[in-house]
Amino acid sequence: MITPQSLIHAPVRHILPNGLTVLLKEMHTAPVISFWVLYRVGSRNEPTGLTGASHWVEHMLFKGTPQFPAGYLDKAIDREGGEWNAQTSYDYTAYYETMPADRIDLALRAESDRMVNAVFDLEEVESERTVILSERQGSEGSSWFWLGEEVHAAAFRVHGYRHKIIGDTHDLLTMTRDDLYQHYRKHYVPANAIVAVSGDFSPEIMLKRITELFGSIPGGQRPKLFARPEPPQQGERRVKVERPGPTHNLLIAYRAPAVTDPDWLKLLMLDAILDGASVPGGGAVGSRTARLYQALVKTELASSVGTGLNETLDPYLYTFSATAREGHSLEEIEADLEAVLSKAVQGELTQAELERARKQIRALQAYSAESISSQAFRLAYFEHVAGGFEWVESAHEHLLAVTLEDIHEVARKYLKPSTRTVGYFIPTQEAARA
Amino acid sequence: MLDPISLSLPGTHDILRAELPNGIVVLARENFAAESVVLTGSLESGSIFEPLEQSGLAGFTASSLMRGTRAYDFDAMYETLENMAARLAVSGNTFSTVFSAKSLAEDLPTLLQLTAETLLHPVFPVDQTERLRGELMNSLKIAAQSTRAVSSDLMRQQLYSPDHPYYAVSALEQIETLKKLTLNDLKAFHARHYGPRGMIVVVVGAVKAEEAVKLVEDTFGGWSNPDQPALPAIPEASPLSEIRREAAVLPGKTQVDISMGWLGPRRTDPDYQAVVMANSILGAFGMMGRLGAAVREREGFAYYAASRYSTAKAQGPWSAITGVNPKNAEEAIRLIVGEIERITTEPVSESELADNKANFTGSLPLALESNEGVAGTIHSMENYRLGLDYLYRYRDLIEAITVEDVLKAVQHYLNPRAFALGIAGPEVVG
Repeated sequence: MITPQSLIHAPVRHILPNGLTVLLKEMHTAPVISFWVLYRVGSRNEPTGLTGASHWVEHMLFKGTPQFPAGYLDKAIDREGGEWNAQTSYDYTAYYETMPADRIDLALRAESDRMVNAVFDLEEVESERTVILSERQGSEGSSWFWLGEEVHAAAFRVHGYRHKIIGDTHDLLTMTRDDLYQHYRKHYVPANAIVAVSGDFSPEIMLKRITELFGSIPGGQRPKLFARPEPPQQGERRVKVERPGPTHNLLIAYRAPAVTDPDWLKLLMLDAILDGASVPGGGAVGSRTARLYQALVKTELASSVGTGLNETLDPYLYTFSATAREGHSLEEIEADLEAVLSKAVQGELTQAELERARKQIRALQAYSAESISSQAFRLAYFEHVAGGFEWVESAHEHLLAVTLEDIHEVARKYLKPSTRTVGYFIPTQEAARA
Repeated sequence: MLDPISLSLPGTHDILRAELPNGIVVLARENFAAESVVLTGSLESGSIFEPLEQSGLAGFTASSLMRGTRAYDFDAMYETLENMAARLAVSGNTFSTVFSAKSLAEDLPTLLQLTAETLLHPVFPVDQTERLRGELMNSLKIAAQSTRAVSSDLMRQQLYSPDHPYYAVSALEQIETLKKLTLNDLKAFHARHYGPRGMIVVVVGAVKAEEAVKLVEDTFGGWSNPDQPALPAIPEASPLSEIRREAAVLPGKTQVDISMGWLGPRRTDPDYQAVVMANSILGAFGMMGRLGAAVREREGFAYYAASRYSTAKAQGPWSAITGVNPKNAEEAIRLIVGEIERITTEPVSESELADNKANFTGSLPLALESNEGVAGTIHSMENYRLGLDYLYRYRDLIEAITVEDVLKAVQHYLNPRAFALGIAGPEVVG
């Protein structure tokens, strides 16, 4: 019988002379390869006036180089049976192609080319301006978008995490082609990039080909991390969004540490008990037996609840969200949510809940090892935010070692009313008319 | 590198297929490269069986199944599932109730047991069902304010008569019918329409195929429902002969969503494959095909502009959709109509067709990378009676499509002067 262990190898790191980090993970479970390039730049790097630049640059990297004009690769990659896309987040921008294994060379050629040669044609920049405004307007259809935007702006007065990744409308209207091009030239250099590959390849051949294509690109300097640390919060902040929308929504954001802080994994374990287990880099189980669902949805106050705890480079937020059911106020839901959290603060979580979370994490670990495309992303992402992919490789082990005492300790430390931001979305007009 | 040939497409040689005496078809394929197992399947108990005045009954019934069964109340059901980090979900669609589940291979017997409890022995406890009703009402309220959902509903209302399974009852109307459905309605729907006839169960993962089939047989083999009705005849829909346009105002929105629709083919129609190919050329391939090129890439009007055709047992909608700033709505509609005019009058180029063919056959390795992908593909082969050798015939089926086939197909289904148009946004245009 074939065993997973014989098909999946441990990841290996290489640093090319120009500073490019290369991470390779062999997985011979399907004839597929996923190729990622992650740049250490995201919306947190954007000063006032240039919010949304990282995401817009990401769009421009799909608008052509002299070698691969706009539209060429969209078709070429589809023709080869592959897929490609990109994502911009707070801390990073990442591009990928997942291809049938024997077609992967196109991905390497495309990524090495657009690391330096994207054109940023003026007309294309203008056309993309309206596409991105349209993307923002599409998101504005959701009440969560508006509420999230206000809560972030209130929670962060100084740090770049304060604005939406897509950017403020005014900046999207006024940013210039040169603003975008400078952002690109500054951040898109081998010394500021991580290449990660997972799938069905020979590591020697893959490294040789990466070296051929990326090795001659001037390494550049890794730009100094743009960070304006958030000063300590001195008292609870509350915001309201009042506009048309379907439901009353609650969003509460507590402070969370950076992912490398030992407290972060303890908070993830606390979150497993409150809202169901998850593992870093993706994968979660249902949460209907978890405390929040039991307290808020089962009691028919809310139609849904959720939490958010992101793996970030700098301290970020641990959020709780709920959608009110008709006839119930946000004040009621907030009070009940606080009652759940205060049980954690008072040390009332149980060993049985912890044991269940541990068991769930073991299963999630097995699931998360299966997908080829998610493997390369995880390696690149944690190489960046955690200072090395080894962090995520050992995270499961560390999670399983978290004790009940640890969980109660982080609950006391982070779930403080004085350092939280509370947001209410209040619909001003409910009914649609046809 | 693995030899692409050795990818070993799922086929007759490695899919074990068994028909149980009560009519259930079980299909199993082994994959020991992962530790998990995926279970997916369907029953013939979709919304096609619900009367218009009870719109939402089939979906409400399907969503209620996991809220309590003979042997497991809600808490016990989810304790068991979540303790194993397993997933089980049941939902209703037009023709069927579908279920999908995943667990570690060692937990498959328990997972099957829970699935059987859910499908065969739900008890519809009053407290749980009322809670679910409230949650569904909230989802409908959110849908009623989604420009995308509302534009799609308006399009379907213009395209189909209310007795057609693809007619869309609006979210606001569904809120009203949902209020009136009783527990007895749900129980009666379940008792009558849930049964083994037409049921398909697929198991893919780290379990021996014979063992998987035996487990399914042990769990579901004794089920019977002699009164389960067959799928009803579906009324033949006629193409529109004019443009039917309906708009809705959703206050506070900043974007207009536009949905244009035509009747598409059935999965069994001979031009089905040509339509899927034409749809790819029109609004999927590369950056959303020709529609993406016109509306997004050339004019910069929209984040998305695409065409959609979903494989269907009846004449499913074939649609073009986009979301734009209100001031560009009329121009976006004009651009889309222009592309429909072009594809129905000029043959697509040989190179365009060749590119799309290469995509259809070349993307199989990605589609079949996961257990979920393999299970879904096997389910489709059974559900649409394609034969388990379908993937081995697939390349020939695709290669056989000609430029003329594509032109004939689009001329048969699409018409730039006759379509259903749904618009939803902050202001009514036109």
